[in-house]
Amino acid sequence: MDALLRTTGVDKYFGGLAAVSAFNIDVHAGEIVGLIGPNGAGKTTSFNLITGVYTPTSGRIQFEGKDIAGMKPHAITRLGVARTFQNIRLFKEMSVLDNILVAEHMRMGTNLLEATLRLPSYMRKERHVHERARALLDEVGLSAHEQASATSLPYGKQRRLEIARALATEPKLLFLDEPAAGMNPQESVELMNFILKIRDQFKLTIVLIEHHMQVVMGVCKRMYVLDYGVTIAQGTPEEIQNNPAVIEAYLGVG
Amino acid sequence: MNPGLINTGKKLPMSRNQMLTFAAACIGLALLFVFDATFDSFTMQIFKLCAINIILALSLNLINGFTGLFSLGHAGFMAVGAYTCAILTMSPEQKEVNYVLQPIVPWLAHVQLPFLPGLLIGGFLAGFIGWLLGVISLRLRDDYLAIATLGFSEIIRVLLTNAQTVTNGALGLKGLPRFTTMWWAWGSAILITVFLVFLIKSSYGRAFKSIRDNEIAAESMGVDVFGMKVLSFTISSFLAGIAGGLLAHYLTTIDPKQFIFLKTFDILLIVVLGGVGSITGSVIAAIAVTISMEALRFLDGPLNLGFVATTGIPGLRMVFFSALLMVVVIYRQQGLMGKAEFSWDALARIGLLPRRGPKSGKGGR
Repeated sequence: MDALLRTTGVDKYFGGLAAVSAFNIDVHAGEIVGLIGPNGAGKTTSFNLITGVYTPTSGRIQFEGKDIAGMKPHAITRLGVARTFQNIRLFKEMSVLDNILVAEHMRMGTNLLEATLRLPSYMRKERHVHERARALLDEVGLSAHEQASATSLPYGKQRRLEIARALATEPKLLFLDEPAAGMNPQESVELMNFILKIRDQFKLTIVLIEHHMQVVMGVCKRMYVLDYGVTIAQGTPEEIQNNPAVIEAYLGVG
Repeated sequence: MNPGLINTGKKLPMSRNQMLTFAAACIGLALLFVFDATFDSFTMQIFKLCAINIILALSLNLINGFTGLFSLGHAGFMAVGAYTCAILTMSPEQKEVNYVLQPIVPWLAHVQLPFLPGLLIGGFLAGFIGWLLGVISLRLRDDYLAIATLGFSEIIRVLLTNAQTVTNGALGLKGLPRFTTMWWAWGSAILITVFLVFLIKSSYGRAFKSIRDNEIAAESMGVDVFGMKVLSFTISSFLAGIAGGLLAHYLTTIDPKQFIFLKTFDILLIVVLGGVGSITGSVIAAIAVTISMEALRFLDGPLNLGFVATTGIPGLRMVFFSALLMVVVIYRQQGLMGKAEFSWDALARIGLLPRRGPKSGKGGR
């Protein structure tokens, strides 16, 4: 079967620094793949490359067989790739509901004239996206905070809002950048269940960066390990745990 | 903060808020008739200027407040609108009287359009130039964009000063028909305010605000950030052009010196005082600042404060506004309204209206 996402020899240089080099991953539909590695290993950079925030210096990134390297982020999102951010990036002056509605704009298929004249056709679409957004908020348990400003939410809920917002773009492939950061063990377990739930419910493929080994080992069937921009290992959680190169990268040489 | 974008459910013929909006609109219209009949010509001039300043403040707020782009080119777009509208609507005889140094180019000499097409063409030309400038300069951010747009507005002014056969250069244009009646000024202001309220509350408005709040997140959520910035910039320029046309036929005389970058700062003052990102704030501040500019004129004349007497310092009233701006920036950065908007529900919340009726509807104005 062909991979949903395949990167081939992707390099990214910042000046003379190779942030990511020879980055090759394959992600198949329905998988949950982990991306781990010490700080500064190039994990977030590789997310930024795939989602279009950065353009690769060289290499190919194929999503559903189509080369997306160098495309604008919004165009990649339109194809069905969504993401969350390591340092939460919500629309802070906007309400929780409006945060979701922004993500609905792309698939709303409206035009300026229709929207500013409030034609019945627009009002129908507006009602439709409101219903969809409310259903999503309900799904992640944020319905009660609909009108609250996004940044007034507690940290854990902000994380969930970010995921809900990403889901509103109707992705096939979802990138989660450290979703469990700052969570206690109890919350981490809830998050794992939540990730598995949305994968099944929205028929998603998920790639996640995570430092909580409990979370990564819990949900990922397969993972890649980066160190200094280089992929040093890949395989199942068991293989990774016993890989000498990985142990060295994390613990240093004894 | 942003209740009921649309009237959900409730099959009532009219909600409380809709009735209030309808009543407010009727009262507003009646007031306009009364003002039109009773104001003396001096008061009427100030009243009309309020409307023009509302349009200017709103158009600058769209780009600075709602889309988060710091643009300082507004005077340039006004100038384009003002000159285009003036040249297109002047009679051939007036043109001959005006263009004394060098005659006007032949293809413009015999053009004379009514006010509305002139105004719209001025707006569209300003919008087109805004689009062009946007496509070129909106790759820049923050201070860089401010500098680029400021430079653009100076270029426009220099062009106006030197294109003798088109704009009559530094002599300016005099004796323009006094087209900007109260109905033109306030009609445009009301129409544009309603347009912007609808725009900001629509999906496009949410996309604009998402860019202001977090550009990287916005593009990752599928918002075409560059396209949206250009759109916002174009609409803003179009509206500034319309305001320029209204201003030209309000003053009946224009020259390039009116459109120096200080004009942009006058509008920026209104936007900051009212609240960057609030339509209500811009409307209130535009009216308040326009009236105070006149009401404080006594500051420019001879003053006797008891302990010190002056023989009149021209420009002292601008010192007042500068001081006011400093106080606002230090103690209330969000301005009068912050990012809040007028709504009947908000009035009810602070107890100025009885609390009842379904939760729906939107603010009037």
